[in-house]
Amino acid sequence: MAENMEIRWHGRGGQGTVTAAKVFADACLSGGRHVQAFPEYGPERAGAPLRAFNRISDRELRLHCPVMNPNIVVVVDATLLDSIDIAAGVPDDAAFIINSSKDPKELRAKLHAKPSQRVFTVDATKIAVDTIGRPMPNATLVGALTKVSGLITIEAAMSDVEKSFGKKFSRKIIEGNIEATKRGYEEVLEG
Amino acid sequence: MHRKVAANGNEAIANAMRIANPDVCGAYPITPATEIMQRFTTFVSNGKVKTEMVLAESEHSAMSACIGAAAAGGRVATATSSQGMALMWEMLFIASGLRLPIVMGMANRALSAPINIHGDHSDGMGARDCGWIHLYCENAQEAFDNMLMAFKLAEHMDVRLPVMVGMDGFITSHAIQTMEWIDDETAANFIGEYKSTNPLLDIKNPVSYGPLILADLYMEYRKAQEHVMSGVPKVVLDIAKEFEQISGRKYGLFEEYRLDDAEVAIVVMSSAAGTTKEIIDQFREKGIKVGLLKPRLFRPFPYAEVGEALKHLKAVAVLDRADCFGGSHGPLYVDIASALYNYAQRPVLINKIFGLGGRDYMPDHAEYVINELLQITKDGKVKSVKEYIGVRE
Repeated sequence: MAENMEIRWHGRGGQGTVTAAKVFADACLSGGRHVQAFPEYGPERAGAPLRAFNRISDRELRLHCPVMNPNIVVVVDATLLDSIDIAAGVPDDAAFIINSSKDPKELRAKLHAKPSQRVFTVDATKIAVDTIGRPMPNATLVGALTKVSGLITIEAAMSDVEKSFGKKFSRKIIEGNIEATKRGYEEVLEG
Repeated sequence: MHRKVAANGNEAIANAMRIANPDVCGAYPITPATEIMQRFTTFVSNGKVKTEMVLAESEHSAMSACIGAAAAGGRVATATSSQGMALMWEMLFIASGLRLPIVMGMANRALSAPINIHGDHSDGMGARDCGWIHLYCENAQEAFDNMLMAFKLAEHMDVRLPVMVGMDGFITSHAIQTMEWIDDETAANFIGEYKSTNPLLDIKNPVSYGPLILADLYMEYRKAQEHVMSGVPKVVLDIAKEFEQISGRKYGLFEEYRLDDAEVAIVVMSSAAGTTKEIIDQFREKGIKVGLLKPRLFRPFPYAEVGEALKHLKAVAVLDRADCFGGSHGPLYVDIASALYNYAQRPVLINKIFGLGGRDYMPDHAEYVINELLQITKDGKVKSVKEYIGVRE
């Protein structure tokens, strides 16, 4: 993967998308990397489509604007595929990670992805229900993104999920999120 | 010792305030600066600072509380944005006129109407002439650094004036970025102990604040204020030198980026300067001599130094994230034009208004402006001095 990686997240308000972008940025700090994590602030309502962004680089990050040509697109809510052009501006070597129970080949066809682009799916909502007891797909997607980006180890991602969620939640919820991160890493499928 | 973290601008400002440990903080919440006070009041509740929090009923009252506390002899800080700054406006002049070293973080945001919560410089520019010192920041690191330096600057015995530290609302206040903390002890020692001058609470030496001064002496008072302001740039530079020793980071009155040998340049403040630098590098790779000047000390404006830095250029575009209504140019353009007017040889100057109400400033906007400057150097033709860019047609 490139030394300078840009990620765009598509989610809906209330799914923890912004938290996921922050956790991933934090985890990428190790090794002296420069990171950015920022959402696009619109009307903040549960269920409203939103975008969040990451930049990860070996160099100082000076761009202060939304990511237009993401190397990786993470779709937290697959219902957005019907209403939003999640592939806008993506380069030919981009990767898509979609929270879906479907086969990645099926979504490759739906997205009209080019052969040079990689398409991944992970059933993040189901994994979240299994591990956390709530349909919060964000930690699972951090795990999947860890695998696809290759920037950090799964141990680093898990330890950062623990650190970030530890401030707010009970031990049970934290353990569930760590497990969800691990399963996201292990169960993400390419097709 | 210096810890690298991922933090946003609000967190940076709140932590600088924690390190400064003010005696009093009068505040009222407003987006996007709310998080500064939310974090700071947590420090207060957890006993990390000894600050007395005054949760006022409005920004006018918050600033009034700051003024009273500063006159009483305490170190005082607060934070605001947009309408909050506008509601403080009357009291901003009282703070500077009374020479009270209040420090205020400002997440710059658009003004109503229409109501808009996003970033632009309308609030700070509206308070341009209120006698405060203004520092502006490109990113969270600069917000932290400038906020620390602001305490030392405001409280310097040759200054004793209030300072506001501006960063772009949301773009900087809410974006998590890599930055470096300075350890608390080093930073606190850098700021130093607060020394009060003529405190109201010194009952053995009673003083009066805010007396009536009529035509017999009002003008002399104002001239004295102007004299103090004119000495601020030297103190800003002295403090920056001292700050470099603890941080390794250099600060000036403004930042010059690839400007020495440039033929054309952009002048722009805050976060847009970072995006512009990336595009300047792309032009430089093609051998095109483009540079940037980023104002940091906006008030008092270092006219002479800015004029010297820009006079050799062929064409300059000043990008304003605020407009002055009434057929005039943007506020930064007016200052740059003043800085250059007395030179017989000076660059052609154009003005772009951008990024109002949080409209994104994208790399292609910088590219568009630079291409226009290059065209001016070729044929000398200016299509219009002032133009709105990034506007939907």
